[in-house]
Amino acid sequence: MTDVTLRVWRGDASGGDFEEYVTEQNEGEVVLDLIHRIQATEAPDLACRWNCKAGKCGSCAAEINGKPRLLCMTRMDQLPEGPVTVTPMKTFPIIRDLVTDVSFNYRMAEKVPALLPPPMPEEGYRMFQEDVERGQEFRKCIECFMCQDVCHVIRDHEENKTNYAGPRFFIRYAELEMHPLDTNDRRDFIREEAGLGYCNITKCCTEVCPEHIKITDNAIIPLKERVVDAHYDPVAWLGRKIRRKTKTKAADAAVQPAP
Amino acid sequence: MSTTERATQVVLGGTRGGPDVPTLRTDRWWLQPVVTVSILTAFVIYSTWSAFNPHNYYAGAALGRDLISPFYSPCLASSCAAGSRAGFFLQGWPLSPALLILIFPLGFRLTCYYYRRSYYRAFWWSPPACAVSDKHATYSGETRFPLIMQNAHRYFFYAGLVFNALLTYDAIRAFHQPGIGWGVTVGTLVLTLNATLLWLYSLSCHACRHLCGGQVKSFKAAPIRYRLWKLVTPLNARHMNFAWASLIFVALTDVYVRLVASGAITDLRLF
Repeated sequence: MTDVTLRVWRGDASGGDFEEYVTEQNEGEVVLDLIHRIQATEAPDLACRWNCKAGKCGSCAAEINGKPRLLCMTRMDQLPEGPVTVTPMKTFPIIRDLVTDVSFNYRMAEKVPALLPPPMPEEGYRMFQEDVERGQEFRKCIECFMCQDVCHVIRDHEENKTNYAGPRFFIRYAELEMHPLDTNDRRDFIREEAGLGYCNITKCCTEVCPEHIKITDNAIIPLKERVVDAHYDPVAWLGRKIRRKTKTKAADAAVQPAP
Repeated sequence: MSTTERATQVVLGGTRGGPDVPTLRTDRWWLQPVVTVSILTAFVIYSTWSAFNPHNYYAGAALGRDLISPFYSPCLASSCAAGSRAGFFLQGWPLSPALLILIFPLGFRLTCYYYRRSYYRAFWWSPPACAVSDKHATYSGETRFPLIMQNAHRYFFYAGLVFNALLTYDAIRAFHQPGIGWGVTVGTLVLTLNATLLWLYSLSCHACRHLCGGQVKSFKAAPIRYRLWKLVTPLNARHMNFAWASLIFVALTDVYVRLVASGAITDLRLF
């Protein structure tokens, strides 16, 4: 057991500052354990959102030593020596202490055009394993919104929030675009309304993802390439005209009757 | 398109928590941008010098070799050294032959998704590192000219494939040394490794992965493209490694050919 100093940002919309707490640290403890100890011993009014304490609910996302991390998955013994700084996620408005208002993400979720399958055949829909596996990675998202927090497009430029969905929703768009039963063509929407072009591939979203989703390589870049197909590739455009093949028809071809 | 009409407006503003400082990171976040700037700047300086110095880029029959620098292949000017000239060439091109071709590999790397990540961070500081404030008052990303031109990446990818094929041809030709016959020299291995790294860099490209099969809605409906996609996906995961290795080795290949052509070293014949 050792003593450790935590510098926790305390405050609300009217302002705030760091407060230092010296508390004990036991072997194997995570930052959230120490926050709970501070709440129990020194600061019962310290606001901190948490739920599962197992890295699966995403509630306790905050910034530790300046980097977005889950409080419940960051072991104290993996942090460098010295005081540990804990601050709320920077990109979202503060509610109190470590709790932020993440409703920006719910607004962006409302905008996502839904899955639009073709009329169900008598035999029912059938998806094949290859296609199921493709979207599986994206469904690991726990919506901690740390990728949104670290994305400089909105972290450093508040004005972009009106027309930029952010990495969390790009993986949602990718999942839908890669769904074999989906007939919605979102490429215009992704370019114009979701602001895909604002992303400059700096991969910070991938670096902070606690589920290790390859957000940039497997979602954002494939979406960018799909937008290129639709808007910046005259060869692809000509190919579509010649073959008279639409994405909808390609999706229809994937619908197989159940055995 | 079934967009929801009930989506509520995003409300801007609101006070953010935490101190108003560029970053609270205490680790050495600046190290990666420094390394990137150092390597890319060194490469740009060297390749510019090489492109504007059209001498000793070809070790030919006089040395019993057929080694051409990748910066000068294909050699498309009438001023190209004897033996190095391609079947098609331009009469009266007054500048270095390298300037006729370097736009294609340069464009491929400049628009590459991996290099974009690197130079946006290291040179443009947009942002310099994760959770470190970027250094610009406004930001429009790749939505406007000139950065919207990054969308031309796949065309440079196509051109890159042509160059890879030509450099592979150069490497095969190098195994036949004029006046000596078939054999393996250090130079042939250098050219072969260079071509191999360039192929790996191209085939691991994100545009390649998309064109192979990433763009299809259903893998089941496109089994051949699915197989191609599965082949290039593991390469794609190592795209960064191939990007750096091929960049550094293409410069080293040019250095080696220049040293051999100038007589500074002898290209050792292995067997």
